[in-house]
Amino acid sequence: MEFLDNILVKPFADMAAAPDFLLQVLWEGLVGGVLYALIALGFVLIYKSSRIFNFAQGIMVVFAALTLVGLHEKGLPAFIALPLTLVVMLVLAITIERVVLRPLVNQPDIILFMATIGITLFLIGFGELIFGGENKVMITKELMIPTDSFVFEPFGGFVSIEQKDLTAVIGAMLLVAGLLVFLNKSKIGRAIRALGDDHQAALSVGISLSTIWVIVWFIAGVIALATGIVWGARAGVSFALEVIAFKALPVLMLGGLESVMGAIIGGLAIGILEKVFEIYWGQPLLGGNTEAWFAYMLALLVLLFRPQGLFGEKIIERV
Amino acid sequence: MFYPTAGQFKTSYQADYALFPVRQDAFLLGVIALFAFVVFPLTASEFTFRALLTPVLIYSLAALGLNILTGYAGQLSLGTGAFMGVGAYACYKLVSIFPEMNIVVAIALSGFFSATIGVIFGLPSLRIKGFYLAIATLAAQFFLVWLFQKWGWLYNYNASGAIQVPNIALFGVTVAGPRATAIAQYYFVLCTVCVITVFAINITRGRIGRMWKAVRDMDIAAELVGINLMRAKLMAFFVSSYIVGIAGALFVFLWRGAAEANLFDIPLSFRVLFIAIIGGLGSVLGNYLGAILIVALPVIISTVPKALGLPIDAATAEHLNVMIIGALIITFLIVEPHGLARFWAIIREKLILWPFPH
Repeated sequence: MEFLDNILVKPFADMAAAPDFLLQVLWEGLVGGVLYALIALGFVLIYKSSRIFNFAQGIMVVFAALTLVGLHEKGLPAFIALPLTLVVMLVLAITIERVVLRPLVNQPDIILFMATIGITLFLIGFGELIFGGENKVMITKELMIPTDSFVFEPFGGFVSIEQKDLTAVIGAMLLVAGLLVFLNKSKIGRAIRALGDDHQAALSVGISLSTIWVIVWFIAGVIALATGIVWGARAGVSFALEVIAFKALPVLMLGGLESVMGAIIGGLAIGILEKVFEIYWGQPLLGGNTEAWFAYMLALLVLLFRPQGLFGEKIIERV
Repeated sequence: MFYPTAGQFKTSYQADYALFPVRQDAFLLGVIALFAFVVFPLTASEFTFRALLTPVLIYSLAALGLNILTGYAGQLSLGTGAFMGVGAYACYKLVSIFPEMNIVVAIALSGFFSATIGVIFGLPSLRIKGFYLAIATLAAQFFLVWLFQKWGWLYNYNASGAIQVPNIALFGVTVAGPRATAIAQYYFVLCTVCVITVFAINITRGRIGRMWKAVRDMDIAAELVGINLMRAKLMAFFVSSYIVGIAGALFVFLWRGAAEANLFDIPLSFRVLFIAIIGGLGSVLGNYLGAILIVALPVIISTVPKALGLPIDAATAEHLNVMIIGALIITFLIVEPHGLARFWAIIREKLILWPFPH
């Protein structure tokens, strides 16, 4: 009985007893979820347009952030370092398309997936060689991201919201909105969606596969840079960031591999639920650090009922 | 010319399906076995055993297990490291609960633990396919490693949280633990690997292997021709996790000597996956070629510049190593997506036909 009580009653009693703390936990989870959603968004874009399961998205986040900080350390002011980083990401996109993707067109999915793991390893080695492996501080002040925090006092309690987190959430929302408009309204966006639907049909109406791939990888690079700035402002920039790529995988699976909406909703849901689970169930009952696997178990459970994820396209198989 | 197959006629199906349809293959394998059993032990140094020979064998065993699941049955797995961990921890518990138990029995039994866990995490494969299935194995990966850290009973509540291999003797020779010699461990691993390889070759070319290949190529079609999908997939998970678990037990008991939970984390899974893919999915031979490449590469990268007199510090060598492995993976995938095993097949074909072009 006490066991059931610990699982089913006590956590909710704790929540009700300290609503301000619950609010704080939810906010922290939401901010984490926004980051997962951003990384998952990069995955989805590339998967939609080329059916490549891009494992390198996580390392692109690190690489973009490291380039930005590294260039700034070399003495460049932030307003020059930022566009220069974008140029680096463009060069990276072109290189990847030229060197890796073009020779591998039409190979099975698993081969392309392995190739992106190869890209990941290469970028890790390359980045560490150039910028060093130690932790760096994100240049928040130079990018004019406020660092104070708002303090609220609801229910006679205490909730603190850091301004940089708020900036991150608003920035991410703007980025996603812009991306959705771009995908749905612009000519290139339509071309990307056309490629996602059918490669050959898209090619036959004159859409250039290689150009679109470069554009898509560049957009993924821009998203990576945004993610890198936001995450770097919270936790510093280092290759430890790479683990967040593993957080984005269950987000993708939960939301469905093809769905932009799914990535966002999946990201937010996982961010919030894993935080709540960790605080109210994980730490008191399981010894903590349940965030390492909670997202996967949740995604696995959902997939058992919906094998294509919450918002994924229905899988139709023909023999 | 070098590989004359002319004149070796097969007059029955049995001869055609023999383990070695061509005499030279058997001869070549004999030479390799001679090297593995006699020449290497006589000539290799302690360092060569510990840094090259034993790890190559253990990694190829793990890759073989993965290859049965991914290469033959077509179920993508990213959780090999965790299943190796299950084997290692199970073996550790068996040895510490029953100190009298023969090490061979303990290792053979520990495979069953990882096989059971493998089947449990393989259950979702009945509903989830392709990349979505990777989530099930990744869930296993992260959950099991977390469990290795948090469940004190598994490592006997050691303060360090690591498992330490005791001295274990087999027929009067210490094979595991700090007092074991590298050569005894090498022979132990070599014999285990040989036995399991023969088992794997036979299971993959028999009825079960054909069943797996049918499921891999198209599972719905396989179901239509009367293959029980559930049995085929779960059997693949069972056999694969069994071999991977044994590889894990050998990994800790016969090579590392001690292990922490994070040793079995995702980098280990990926390393085994690289070996299987670079070696060639759906082949037994490829695992050995891939393991030789992946294990030898860091050793070469760290020794070659030193031999050439180039000043290169350890950190740079490490970064270069990661970079080169990444580049090599991409290169191999572009040049030959079917892996090193296909390379060997092409070379063999050329040798048979030489000096004629066709």
